[in-house]
Amino acid sequence: MKSNLKVFLKGIIDVSPLMIPVIPFGLIFGVLAIDVGFTPIETMAMSLIIFGGASQIVLLQLFSGGASSLVIISSVGAVNSRHLLYGAVVSEHLSDLKFIWKIIISYFLIDQAFAISNEYLKKNKDHNRYFHLVGGGATCWVIWQSTTFLGIILGAAIPEKLGLSFAVPLTFLALLVNDFRKFINVIVIIISGLVATFGYNYIPFKAYVIVAALAGLFTAMILTRKNKKA
Amino acid sequence: MSNWALILYCGLITYLTRFSMIALIKKEMFNDRIREILSFVPSAIFPAIIFPTIFINERGLFEIDDNPKILAAIIAMFIGIFSRSIIATIFSGLASYWFLIFVV
Repeated sequence: MKSNLKVFLKGIIDVSPLMIPVIPFGLIFGVLAIDVGFTPIETMAMSLIIFGGASQIVLLQLFSGGASSLVIISSVGAVNSRHLLYGAVVSEHLSDLKFIWKIIISYFLIDQAFAISNEYLKKNKDHNRYFHLVGGGATCWVIWQSTTFLGIILGAAIPEKLGLSFAVPLTFLALLVNDFRKFINVIVIIISGLVATFGYNYIPFKAYVIVAALAGLFTAMILTRKNKKA
Repeated sequence: MSNWALILYCGLITYLTRFSMIALIKKEMFNDRIREILSFVPSAIFPAIIFPTIFINERGLFEIDDNPKILAAIIAMFIGIFSRSIIATIFSGLASYWFLIFVV
């Protein structure tokens, strides 16, 4: 069995390539948060407390559009529902752990760490294999906090004319690159996008994110059910 | 609600979605059908943020003419589909956007 440290380091090495896009993402978050009116301390607290890029950007997007707190919180919850899937998948590897470790690991269960550690956990059966997930999560944590901090500082120096806010849809677009190759996913993407765009001014309370996501999931439910029968 | 309360609640709900499945729920409660549906969550939710930020301007109006974001996003999408690279997608989109607003 490898030592805890070795497994932890392996997690750091494996997650590193996935950290490259996190750097501009963190910078953009820092810059935008200040831009929409959060203080530097609130911005830093968001990265420390929430520690989730998509959640934090959705928060900013809806906050700047004047959405109510209830809508913002439930939209963040909807964005996060994908973590339920990650948790369900990794939970079988963590079932023997002490409760305190489950509390700690949950904080680090982010997209990138899940993506790389899921592979590792499947192949390794050592007791300490969860250190891989902690290594990946901790790496992302360091990058996310430091780029948020840099974004806060650089914010004032970046000219608004550069249109950096356009990096927000691009970042989310980038998270979908593998889904564009699957037929049902493409339909779901189009339905959700159309509902959000045309509902933007008509769906009350800025709830367009939730309504569009539900429309997309409903479409997925129908299409995957038909697939099975055929 | 104050900004601080908003941040705390968003943090709490984010944490709970990560924690609940690991600590509280037995995996038998999660059948293949639910897993399959949850795998569509990114495809269902990210476009709800992408589309309006591209097609709707700061004043809340639908904007199709003279909107460089549309072409830049399409270029980024194709680069993404062919390269499968997150970083290439973001940078090709930004580069095309800057090219369209500063050069063309």
